[in-house]
Amino acid sequence: MFKRFEQDKRPPVQIFVDGIAVAARQGDTVSAALLASSCDVRRSTAVSGALRLPYCMMGVCFDCLVTIDGVGNRQGCLVPVTEGMQIEIQKGKREIGK
Amino acid sequence: MTKNVDAIVVGGGIHGCSTALHLCLAGLKPVLIEKDYAGRHASGVNAGGVRQLARHIPEIPLSIRSMGIWEKISDLVDDDCSFENYGQVLVAENEEELAVCRARVAELNTLGFTHEELIDATELRRLVPAVAETCPGGVVSRRDGAANPAQTTTAFRRKAEQLGAIVREGVAASNIRQSEGLWHVDVGAESFAAPVLVNAAGAWAGTIAATLGEPVPVETVAPMLMITSRVPHFIDPVVILRGRKLSFKQFKNGTVLIGGGHLATPYQDRNETVLDWKSLATSARTVFELFPVMRDATIVRAWAGIEAKMKDDIPVFGPSSRHKGLYHQFGFSLHGFQLGPGAGAVMAELIVNGGTQTRIGDLGIDRFYSPTL
Amino acid sequence: MTVAPKREDYDVVVIGAGPAGLAAAATSAEAGLSTLLLDENIGPGGQVFRAIASTPVTERNQLGADYWVGADLVQALRASNAEVIHRATVWSLDRNLEIAVSVGGASAFVKAKRVILATGALERPFPIPGWTLPGVMTAGAAQTMLKSSALVPDRRTVIAGQGPLLWLLAAQILRLGGRIDRILDTTERGNYFAALPHAFAFLASPYFRKGLSMMREVKAKVQVVSGVTELAASGDGQLAGVSYVAGGKRETIPADLLLLHQGVVPNVNLAMAAGVDHRWDDLQLCWSPVLDASGNSSVAGIAIAGDGAGIGGASAAVVRGRIAARAAAEALAPAAAAKLPALATLRSDLAKAERGRTFLDTLFRPAPQFRIPAGDTIVCRCEEVTAKDILDAVAIGATGPNQLKAYRRTGMGPCQGRLCGLTVTELMAQARAKTPQEIGYYRLRAPVKPITLAELAAVPKSEDDIKAVVRG
Repeated sequence: MFKRFEQDKRPPVQIFVDGIAVAARQGDTVSAALLASSCDVRRSTAVSGALRLPYCMMGVCFDCLVTIDGVGNRQGCLVPVTEGMQIEIQKGKREIGK
Repeated sequence: MTKNVDAIVVGGGIHGCSTALHLCLAGLKPVLIEKDYAGRHASGVNAGGVRQLARHIPEIPLSIRSMGIWEKISDLVDDDCSFENYGQVLVAENEEELAVCRARVAELNTLGFTHEELIDATELRRLVPAVAETCPGGVVSRRDGAANPAQTTTAFRRKAEQLGAIVREGVAASNIRQSEGLWHVDVGAESFAAPVLVNAAGAWAGTIAATLGEPVPVETVAPMLMITSRVPHFIDPVVILRGRKLSFKQFKNGTVLIGGGHLATPYQDRNETVLDWKSLATSARTVFELFPVMRDATIVRAWAGIEAKMKDDIPVFGPSSRHKGLYHQFGFSLHGFQLGPGAGAVMAELIVNGGTQTRIGDLGIDRFYSPTL
Repeated sequence: MTVAPKREDYDVVVIGAGPAGLAAAATSAEAGLSTLLLDENIGPGGQVFRAIASTPVTERNQLGADYWVGADLVQALRASNAEVIHRATVWSLDRNLEIAVSVGGASAFVKAKRVILATGALERPFPIPGWTLPGVMTAGAAQTMLKSSALVPDRRTVIAGQGPLLWLLAAQILRLGGRIDRILDTTERGNYFAALPHAFAFLASPYFRKGLSMMREVKAKVQVVSGVTELAASGDGQLAGVSYVAGGKRETIPADLLLLHQGVVPNVNLAMAAGVDHRWDDLQLCWSPVLDASGNSSVAGIAIAGDGAGIGGASAAVVRGRIAARAAAEALAPAAAAKLPALATLRSDLAKAERGRTFLDTLFRPAPQFRIPAGDTIVCRCEEVTAKDILDAVAIGATGPNQLKAYRRTGMGPCQGRLCGLTVTELMAQARAKTPQEIGYYRLRAPVKPITLAELAAVPKSEDDIKAVVRG
C-alpha cells in the first residue's frame, strides 16, 4: 500500500516479522515498517477475530497492537524499530504466561 | 402536588432497586428515588462477586436466602445478569492460614452452615490450576460465583419499573420528613408521601439516618478495582485470599477483574474518587505472586465506587429503632452486592408482613444504641 | 535511550510536545521554573510537526513552510533548561497533580505544582460502513507515515472527507510521487452559505491564500468529486472498493487504500480522567474543557493549552502554550513572569491566530450521516459494537454512555472511547431526543493508556502496604 520516497536516505534496520527478515529504516515506527513491508501484517481482534491494520498511527486507536520482543499488546505506532527486533503479529486474544 | 404511594425507596443501588421490585411483587406501589442513575455508584461498579464464602456470621442467613434468588435470577428480572456459578475459592497461602480456614469451617458446621468446605492442595489445584504451587489448600463455596453488577442493578431497576414502580433518576430526595403518619419526600418539583420509607442510599444513607435522629458509626469508602484486557480463558471460580487483600475473577469475555478492598480517596460531594496507585501496585504484586501467568497482562482501567462501611463491617438492615414506617438498608461494607436480591425480598416481607423467616436480628440499627429502660 | 524523570517534584510538568507543549515548556523554563516535558512520541513535534527533528523529507517545500515553523520551537526548547523525556506515556493524572508516567517499561510518579496539558487533538471518528477494514486509515495516519518515514501510497488510493488537512496531505503525497486516484469531498453544500457571514475574517487570515493554492495544486492532478453524501468501504478482510453517492448518483470504485478525514477534536482522555469539567461545543461538535482566559481548568493547578483546549490550529496552540506557561510563572515566580512577553501581546497574537476559525468550523462541520451511523456500521472498534446494538440498548433502558457500558461494553476496550465516544454521545442524543450535553460522556479512568501488571507491580511500595484480612 505504501512505498518509500526515493530521496529517503536513512540507514537500514533489519527486523523480523514472525521470523521473516524485513528491511526497515532507522526512525521508522514498528507499524510504519510493517505497512511498508510486503508481509501480511493484519492482526486479528480478540473479540471476533476480525482482521485489522493500524488506523490512526498516532497512538489512539489500538489497532496496531503487536507483540514486540515477546511483550504483547504493544502499540506498534509508538515504538521505533531497532536492529534485530522480533515482531509477532497477534492473532486473537494474546496468550499470557508463555 | 403530593403523590401518594405505598412506599418511598431512597437510593437506586442494587438494594433500593431490589426492594422496590419485591414491593411491587407484593402488590405495593413504591417510588424509587436515585440522585444520579441506578447503579451509578458501588452497585454498578463493584467486583460483582456473588459470594456466601467468608461472610460474617450474622449476615449468613441473608446471604443464603439471596443465593436461592441468584440461582433463578432470570425468572425474577428477565435478564441473566451474566451470573455464573463456578464457585468461589478462598486460598490459604501457608499452613497457618489453612489452620484458620479449618477452624472457621468447623465453627460454621457447628452452627449448622455447610456452604463452606475445606479443600486440600489437590482439590485447590483442580479448581484453580494456575494458582502458585506453594498454596496448601483453602475453602470453597461451590454455589458461589459472580455477575455483572451494572447489568444486574439495571435489570432490577427495569423490572421494578415494569411492575409499576415509579422511578425518579437524576434528582436527589430532599426534605425527608414525617407528618401525620406519612413520610414525605421532595424530588425536584415533585413531592411523594407514603407510610413507608426505605433508606437504601448507600454512602449517603448515614446522613439520612443521622438527620432522622439515628446516627451510626459509618464512613464513606471507595474500594478500588482494576481490569485487564482480554486474555485466553484460564480460570473459572472467583478467587479470594485468606491473608492478603485480593479478589480475582476472569469473565467469559477473557478480561480479568482484580479487586480486594484497597481504598481510593472518595470525594463524595463530587461523585469522584482519586485512586491510590501504590496500593493498586500491591494488588498487582499479590496477583502475580499467586498467578505468575498474569505478569504480562495489561491493565486497561481502574476505578472505585463510593459506598458506606460500618464500624463493625456488617450492614444496618431492618426497621428503625425510633420511627414507625422507616426501614434501613445500608452500610453493606464492601460486601453488599450478593445480598441485594435477598435483602430486597426480606425487606418487602418486613414491610408487608411485619416480619420474616430469615434471621436478621443481629443487623438492626438498635445494635448501636445501649438498651434503655 | 529513554530515562526516568530526574526528580520527584517539578514546578511545571507539561504533557505533550506538540506546538502548545513545546512553547509552554520553553516559556516555563525561561521563567526559571523547574520544568519537565513528557511526550509519548519518539521525537518532538506532536502531530502537526511530527518528526520535525528527524524527517527524511528534507526539501523544505515538500512538507511546506508551515511545517518547518516547528523547528524553531524545538530549537527554543533545546536552548532552555527544560527536562524533556520522549516515549514517556503519562497514564494517570489526578486532582492532587500526581502524575504516573511509563518510560521504557517502568513507571515513575512525579508531582507538579502546575500541570499544563498539551495533549492536542485526534481525528474525529469517521464511522462509515467498512471503516474497520484493513486498508482504511485516517488521513492523519498517512501524513504521519509521510512525515516520519517518507512513505507514500503507491496503490489505488482514495481520500475522502473534508477539511484543510485533507488538501495538505494530498498535496504532500503528490509532491513525493505518491498515488491518489480520487478525492471524495464530503463538505455539505449548505455549509458554504452558513459559513458566508464569517468569510470576511477568513479572507483576512493566512488560511485563505494557502488553502486555495493547495486545492489548485491537487485538483490539477487528481479527480475530485464534491458533494459526496454517502460513503462506504467494502471488502472481505481487506479493502477492495469504495462506494459513494454524489449528486444522487452512486458509484463504486476499486481501492486498496482509503484515507478518511473530517476534522480533528480535542484529545480529552487525560483531562477528563483528572476530573476536568468539559462542555459540549455545538459549533465544533465535540467536548471541550471549561477554561479561563489563561487556560486554567476546573481542577486547581491544571491548565490546558493547544487543540486539547478546543480546536484552534497550530499557531493558536503555540500562543496558548505561552499563555498557560506565563500564568504558571505568575503563580510560582511572579518576578520572573514579568520578564516574559506581556499578556496583552500574547492575547493579541492569539486573536490573530484564531482569525478565520469560525469560518472553517462552519464550512467543515461534518454532515450528520458521517457522524451518526446506522445499522450494522461499527461504532466501537475495540469491542465491535454496531449502531444498531447501541440503539437496541437504548430501547431497553440505557440512558447514557456510562449505562451503555453495562449493556454493550462500548468504550471499555483499550482505546477508552477515543474512537467511539463522540459517536456514542451523538447517537444516543439523537435516539433519545436530548442534547449531547444532557447525554454526557464516558467517565474516563486511569490508566488512560494500558500498562502491564508487571510494570504496575514494580512501582515503589507505599508505607501503608499492609496485610489485612480479605474482604472481597
